[in-house]
Amino acid sequence: MSAIAVVSAGLGRPSSTRLLADRLAAAAADALRARGSAVTVETVELRDHAHAMVDAALTGFPSGAFRAAVETVTGADGIIAVTPVFNASYSGLFKTFFDVLERGALEGAPVLLGATGGTARHSLAVDYAMRPLMAYLRAAAVPTAVYAASEDWGSADGDLADRIARAGGELAAMVEGRPAAAREDGFENPVPFENLLAAGR
Amino acid sequence: MQFGIFSVGDVTTDPTDGRTPSEAERIRAMVTIAEHAEQAGLDVFATGEHHNPPFVPSSPTTMLGYVAARTERLVLSTATTLITTNDPVKIAEDFAMLQHLAGGRVDLMMGRGNTGPVYPWFGKDIRDGIPLAIENYHLLHRLWREDIVEWEGKYRTPLQSFTSTPRPLDGVPPFVWHGSIRSPEIAEQAAYYGDGFFANNIFWPAEHFQRLIGLYRRRYEHYGHGSADQAIVGLGGQVFMRKNSQDAVREFRPYFDNAPVYGHGPSLEEFTAETPLTVGSPEQVIEKTLTFRDSFGDYQRQLFLVDHAGLPLKTVLEQIDMLGEEVVPVLRREFAALRPAHVPDSAPDHAALVAAKAAAAAGEEVAR
Repeated sequence: MSAIAVVSAGLGRPSSTRLLADRLAAAAADALRARGSAVTVETVELRDHAHAMVDAALTGFPSGAFRAAVETVTGADGIIAVTPVFNASYSGLFKTFFDVLERGALEGAPVLLGATGGTARHSLAVDYAMRPLMAYLRAAAVPTAVYAASEDWGSADGDLADRIARAGGELAAMVEGRPAAAREDGFENPVPFENLLAAGR
Repeated sequence: MQFGIFSVGDVTTDPTDGRTPSEAERIRAMVTIAEHAEQAGLDVFATGEHHNPPFVPSSPTTMLGYVAARTERLVLSTATTLITTNDPVKIAEDFAMLQHLAGGRVDLMMGRGNTGPVYPWFGKDIRDGIPLAIENYHLLHRLWREDIVEWEGKYRTPLQSFTSTPRPLDGVPPFVWHGSIRSPEIAEQAAYYGDGFFANNIFWPAEHFQRLIGLYRRRYEHYGHGSADQAIVGLGGQVFMRKNSQDAVREFRPYFDNAPVYGHGPSLEEFTAETPLTVGSPEQVIEKTLTFRDSFGDYQRQLFLVDHAGLPLKTVLEQIDMLGEEVVPVLRREFAALRPAHVPDSAPDHAALVAAKAAAAAGEEVAR
């Protein structure tokens, strides 16, 4: 069983960011099923948690429904993260979500990146802005990121569909091949005091 | 069980009238709050330590020494003493001196401090926070227990034939707490020494601290200081009370909405639902505080934050009166009725530590 979490930072309703997110999720789920894996997909619309995210930034902890959303994402086997491009980068809402996660929460997590914009001119935002963010979080971004400009939604050449399918396949492969998480739990297995003391010497 | 007040010592504008106390007013207010806590029948006053505006308490033992002279019974403590950026030698000396002046009514709480620039201001590196806390406390622990110390560590100059003076009162160092909000290493440290562990329990949901306290209790037992439920746990809490809860909410809301830490974030209602903050009647405070025992087990010390966010002194003193008259007597009774006989009812005071030392010496005598 693989759990895919989708983070969508679109502001509009309906939102083209959500549209892309859904397409990416469907592609990843199809690819996982084709590999014989059962899949669940849960989508977190950041707009629904906008106030709670600011509260978490101020108080230091996620509350209520937002806490559940954070757990959905940090507990997923694979993540699809999609943002509109604002002012040459991801939106503030998108960044705030990653800013309020616990340190190390996405370490090693396979992530598929997607972005939307009015024109294709901003397509490199996925590689110049989103990819470094994932690198900092030590998340594993798949090679293909998908940028959808407005014109892509009316294009007849099938380019967007191809990119979506390729990216979904890459995420599925990474989710399947991901080694079991072996994160150290300092609460379950504390470093013995003698070691802490010796470390300073 | 011990109940008391802990103060951050912030100078904050009162959002209801725009008035900002001077540093002199705030310092005097802290002393008045401490004296009032004793008069109201509370047991402990603890001051923070800060080295940047808008906070006044940079020199805790100076303030506590003055409070000691003006009180009879009150235990004087800190929340916290910066074990990372203070020289452990100076902590050993300052608190031993305070112990003598206060007749043993002293304990203290170690903390790392989370204000980045304080580390370089005192010649330290914040990335060494945990190793500093481990090494410095190890030295402090020895300075209070060994008359002549030879020391070489990573973070301070070596000591040859050093004697920290004055020696602790009656040869017994003050009881030490370790406070942490997220580091398992500090819970491990407290457990190793058999010291107390304090969770500030004000800005986060209770679940946040359960893992830390659970770890501390488990390791306290591991290191042979007693059973897990005998470990010495202290908790913070934050309250604002009026006879009618609606009045409490109405009066506290502007302070909450503009508070330095969580202001302009969640609503008062959301924050009280999620965290230990209680704004309401004394009965509601009693009810909420009793739930802390459900979350963390029987514990030994409860400190309340009542004097922040620009609340005027008069209001703070009224809060302390309500704690003393209506809340604490009930909590003492309720907690005592629930606590099993083998669980300590408070952190050891000076007399208890002296008795324990005498008993240990007698035991050694018998063994010989």
